Amino acid sequence: MLTLPKQIYDQIVAHARRDHPDEACGIIAGPAGSDRPERFIPMTNAARSPTFYEFDSTEQFQVWKDMDDKDEEPVVLYHSHTATEAYPSRTDVSYASEPGAHYVLVSTRDEDQAEFRSYRIIDNQITEEPVTVVE
Amino acid sequence: MAIEVRIPTILRTYTDGAKQVEGTGSTLGELLLDLDAKHGGLRERLVDDAGLRRFVNVYLNDEDVRFLAGLDTPVKDGDTVTVLPAVAGGGV
Repeated sequence: MLTLPKQIYDQIVAHARRDHPDEACGIIAGPAGSDRPERFIPMTNAARSPTFYEFDSTEQFQVWKDMDDKDEEPVVLYHSHTATEAYPSRTDVSYASEPGAHYVLVSTRDEDQAEFRSYRIIDNQITEEPVTVVE
Repeated sequence: MAIEVRIPTILRTYTDGAKQVEGTGSTLGELLLDLDAKHGGLRERLVDDAGLRRFVNVYLNDEDVRFLAGLDTPVKDGDTVTVLPAVAGGGV
């Protein structure tokens, strides 16, 4: 189950729309062990592609170091699909390397209605989970 | 003589859960061999026949070693090597 503040939900969707037709990506950091997504961190898609995303390695290092300094961890890892459904692809599963994180997928294939879904990806298994947006 | 190596969550199965281990070597390549002797299987997650694996990031202090000399990057006592799996994926 993923619970997140409406403001962060809106920020994620806005980011996905803004970068469309390229995939958007980022993380929501939260206090280590809390499972609370609190700090929105949009990341550069170094691949700048409509079908692939990758964090810039230097930017990723800075963000991870910053989280470590603040005793935070990546609670949500999000990215968008621009022409397919908001469901993890084989590529998404093969690169999923944070077993503790919620993987959020946003699809911007429809210009009016964004699809927003969340999953756990552990040991190559995808488990969808409900998303609760709170005010 | 020790170089601190920070291990990401997903590789801690090779280090009995430790988030930080120590190793020795004068290059990154030598350091990884040293680590593998203590933590068997770890090196193979980082290195393949072509060198450092494409979707694993290794940093010497604050720099991605791809911008230095890869496995030939010199390392020394007091350095910190950090491993972070790349975060990537795609629509298909």
